[in-house]
Amino acid sequence: MQTSRILMIGAAVLLLTLFIFPLWQITLIAPQYPDGVVLKIWIDKIGGNEPGTLQNINILNHYVGMKPIEPESIPELSYLKYIVIVMATLGLLAAWINRKMVILGWAVLLLALGVLGMYDFYLWEYDYGHNLDPNAPIKIEGQAYQPPLIGQKTLLNFLAKSYPHLGGMAMFTSMILAFLAYWIKNKTKDYETANTSNAMPVADGMLAQAQAD
Amino acid sequence: MLSKNLFQAVMTVTLLSLVACGQQTSMSGAGVLGSDAASAVYVAPGEYDEFYAFFSGGFSGQLAVYGLPSGRLFKVIPVFAVDAEKGYGFNEETKPLLNTSFGFIPWDDAHHPELSQTNGETDGRWIFINGNNTPRVARVDLSTFETVEIIEIPNSGGNHSSPFTTENTEYVVAGTRFGVPYPQQDVAIDSYAENFKGMLTFIKVDPETGEMSIAFQVLLPAFDYDLAHSGKGKSHGWTFFTSYNTEQQSTLLEVNASKNDKDFIAAVNWKEAERYLAEGKGHDMPSEYMHNIYSDRTHMATSHTRNSVKVLIPSECPGLVYFLPTPKSPHGVDVDPTGEYIVGNGKLSADLTVHSFTRMQEAIEASAFETEIEGIPVLKYEDVVGGVVEKAGLGPLHTEFDAKGNAYTTFFISSEVVKWKVGSWEVIDRAPTYYSVGHLMIPGGDSRNPEGKYLVALNKITKDRYLPTGPELCQSAQLFDISGEKMKLLSDFPTVGEPHYGQGISASRINSRKIFLIEENEHPYAAKGEKDARVERDGDIVHVYMTTIRSHFAPDNIEGIKVGDKVYFHVTNLEQDFDVPHGFAVMGATNAELLIMPGQTETLLWEPKKEGVFPFYCTDFCSALHQEMQGYVRVSSRSSNIALKWGLGDLPM
Repeated sequence: MQTSRILMIGAAVLLLTLFIFPLWQITLIAPQYPDGVVLKIWIDKIGGNEPGTLQNINILNHYVGMKPIEPESIPELSYLKYIVIVMATLGLLAAWINRKMVILGWAVLLLALGVLGMYDFYLWEYDYGHNLDPNAPIKIEGQAYQPPLIGQKTLLNFLAKSYPHLGGMAMFTSMILAFLAYWIKNKTKDYETANTSNAMPVADGMLAQAQAD
Repeated sequence: MLSKNLFQAVMTVTLLSLVACGQQTSMSGAGVLGSDAASAVYVAPGEYDEFYAFFSGGFSGQLAVYGLPSGRLFKVIPVFAVDAEKGYGFNEETKPLLNTSFGFIPWDDAHHPELSQTNGETDGRWIFINGNNTPRVARVDLSTFETVEIIEIPNSGGNHSSPFTTENTEYVVAGTRFGVPYPQQDVAIDSYAENFKGMLTFIKVDPETGEMSIAFQVLLPAFDYDLAHSGKGKSHGWTFFTSYNTEQQSTLLEVNASKNDKDFIAAVNWKEAERYLAEGKGHDMPSEYMHNIYSDRTHMATSHTRNSVKVLIPSECPGLVYFLPTPKSPHGVDVDPTGEYIVGNGKLSADLTVHSFTRMQEAIEASAFETEIEGIPVLKYEDVVGGVVEKAGLGPLHTEFDAKGNAYTTFFISSEVVKWKVGSWEVIDRAPTYYSVGHLMIPGGDSRNPEGKYLVALNKITKDRYLPTGPELCQSAQLFDISGEKMKLLSDFPTVGEPHYGQGISASRINSRKIFLIEENEHPYAAKGEKDARVERDGDIVHVYMTTIRSHFAPDNIEGIKVGDKVYFHVTNLEQDFDVPHGFAVMGATNAELLIMPGQTETLLWEPKKEGVFPFYCTDFCSALHQEMQGYVRVSSRSSNIALKWGLGDLPM
């Protein structure tokens, strides 16, 4: 099988690991929390390393007036999974078609979704960090509690670390694979592709059709 | 002239020896306090101890948990005595644990902790401990370090030879230290010989849940059954009980019970007992006793009355019990890791008698009996003795073992621990204790696999060892390094109450839990979220379903309570974070506080006697806003018609 096609199949399948691994992880570290408070964000839920993590974070946040994190009120968690399924399906389709512009199109779409996702994540973080209850027990002039988009930052007594988790890394790798597939495809002439693809007549047919278009 | 020289010589020798003595003292002092000993017990801040140690509290009724080698105290687990600090025995959930056939008893005398074992090794699941005064056995769960079960022992008086497990925790045992009338009845004390009996009880332990049940009792003559240990390896299937007062006296025992040159070790074959029970040889004897079990799901204990036990009578069950003559009122009976040697610590003797299990079996095989007492064959001393450790010290009490074939025996009167070789019976080393050591403990030292490295001597008397605290002084534990040929004193530290026996275990074998999951809380009065918080009245009984979470109670304002009500505060701690308990105390409560672990529900009964508005608050410093964690309950006159209402902040509830 062609390298580009394998890479695209890999890219599509990698996206499906988002159903297993969290996208992102925010870790809060303070002396009283020797193991850290670890918040994990999946495509369809928010949790942590303990069953009570979310409650524990909400308890900590309420002192400074941050809104409680309520997964049921975050619409993204209800539809992200469909986007992932659609992207994985499109990725497999692109693998099947195995044409450079199709592959590039998919990669760019994934990149765009990734950037949009990060922007959305930033907006949520901004909202949680700035939109504070005026009746909060602890109020510090000019202090916001927005966690870093990526990287680490000190928020009062906590050091907040925000980094992609396995799912996020898989998504990034998926993107790399797609661009790699495009790059390989771009180096290889299309007629060679056609000549070496005899083992997959249907795909060849599709290719021929695509070339004819 | 000659006499003058002699005098000078004597003086010189005396002075020299004095100097030598002084040097020796200061040298050994340097050894004790030297940096190597200090570093051997130093566990750096934030580091963990290698071993857990459990020392009974004796007359404190509790069980203390220490770390070794540091000797740091971590927790005092309330078992047989109420503990206002934890609400144990004061809250409604734990009161049933202390229920007995005599009613609620807030105290007992706790002597011998014993870890559960699997294949002869400590497994870190449970620790059992006996209550001596009103005979009981308790089980502490080592995932929560809480007492979860107490079973009363009927037909017993002074549960001293207990609990001492078998090698797969098939049974823990409970032998009576005091002969009592059987069945218990109003008789003349001097009818001891005809009316009194001594009962040995075998408590079955469920291998999955740990739940105890009395499997059977063995009816023996009214000797005082002092201590016990079960066989292991080749002697698995047997349990050995020491006895004194084989004279069967009821008065001035210090003289009258010290007459016989030899008393007995009772060897009970519990596998034979199982066979006889299966054959239907057990007599169903009416006996009222309580069985109390605590659940980590409902977070409450329930007390059940039991009415009958199976009693086996040795004369009807040949081969069930044998008596092994053992010199001078043996106290501890300790079985070496191989199961071959049974050490009888004859406390009024200078020698240690060691019986051989193999020789005992041969003597039984040959039916070479000296006599019979109530149908129980008495083996001949010379047929069963395997060896004698001669003139080892004065007043041997207890023996534990290391993994290298050595035994360590405490001598109460000569106040020392003596190390000797199992098999050759030679004394290897001796170390003084400060003072009058009772039990000793080597982690795993009574199991098939001693983890020996440390030995702890548990001392009865401290006299001048610590800063004095008035007439009542502490008891102490004394830590020795036993990894070398010579025992090395590392440190000593005061204990909680009077430590009798102790147990030790590698910390890695214990799996301590962090919280209780709120969704698993099955307490009938739990409020599993603030939306469930409420107050309900039923006649003059008021149930407050209250929750705690940092940093407020829900509800925190309650009105409509009347003088004479019985108010039950059922407080559920909604926290799901490690080490965030909340306390609950209300003014005028005549019992104690509640101390509620995350996910748990506990109940305090409050009976307001005066009108007014009374504060309640959190007693365990929980958070930055702990001081704000408070509320009020308004109490009106009996005839008032103020409606029951409750709330939290702006939220009407």
